[in-house]
Amino acid sequence: MIPLGHYLVVSAIMFATGTAGVFLRRNLITILLSIEIMLNAVNLSFVAFGRSQGTVDGQIITFFVMTVAAAEAAVGLAIVIALFRHRESLNPDAFTSLKW
Amino acid sequence: MPETVLFYVFSAVAVGASLLVIGQRNPMYSIMLLITAFGALSALYIQLDAPFVAMAQIIVYAGAIMVLFLFVVMLLNAPQEDAAQWDRTHPLRRPGVSRFGAMLAVLLTVQLVWALLRVTDAGAAVGGRGNAAELTSVRSVGRVLFTDYMFAFEATSVLILVAMVGAVLLAAREEKR
Repeated sequence: MIPLGHYLVVSAIMFATGTAGVFLRRNLITILLSIEIMLNAVNLSFVAFGRSQGTVDGQIITFFVMTVAAAEAAVGLAIVIALFRHRESLNPDAFTSLKW
Repeated sequence: MPETVLFYVFSAVAVGASLLVIGQRNPMYSIMLLITAFGALSALYIQLDAPFVAMAQIIVYAGAIMVLFLFVVMLLNAPQEDAAQWDRTHPLRRPGVSRFGAMLAVLLTVQLVWALLRVTDAGAAVGGRGNAAELTSVRSVGRVLFTDYMFAFEATSVLILVAMVGAVLLAAREEKR
């Protein structure tokens, strides 16, 4: 059997990847995709912890995370469409009119 | 042991695909690679005795959320990242600053791995506790979801409604008055 730590390490690497993506990428859609990677990494540790405790609670929290991810994707993409309509760009540095 | 081999194969696919997601300039490729990563993750969920989560992962994530992303990418028709001007002039690209950032990123990764390896019974096999047949069944998941987590479940439905209204409102074309 695979130890719990291995799942957690996979989850940590994916979470770090998502964080790096949010900071490094210059495209609003790729940034949203990186957030999805982070959410999925957390899901993996929830399910692994739930399995190691022998309860289904980890799986249920995963469902809630999926619902929140769906809501976040819908609203985030709507914002991206609205922004693109204003500036014809997906680069976050094109939207600096609120910057001091 | 085939189980261990499968675990390493699917973990490698998940990690590699997510690394490639943030390495792509074309968001279309990023989305396809992310779907690959989600498929590998759902295989890991099956190994963790959570087949219902695995199916939800495929249907909801790969099937619905990623298709939504695909629609938006095709709708906006702006595949390439326009980085030319920004890359050279942005203050974050100065060598000292970016080296400091890279150092912080390495620190975060090391910290995460170190902290997670110190988790109690991290070395114990995952499937040690609990009854696998009980955890696998949708019946037991549903029973806990609709009793212990009833309030959270109902609150989630309100969240979905609000998100739907918000998405329609935000994406709607502004009309001239």
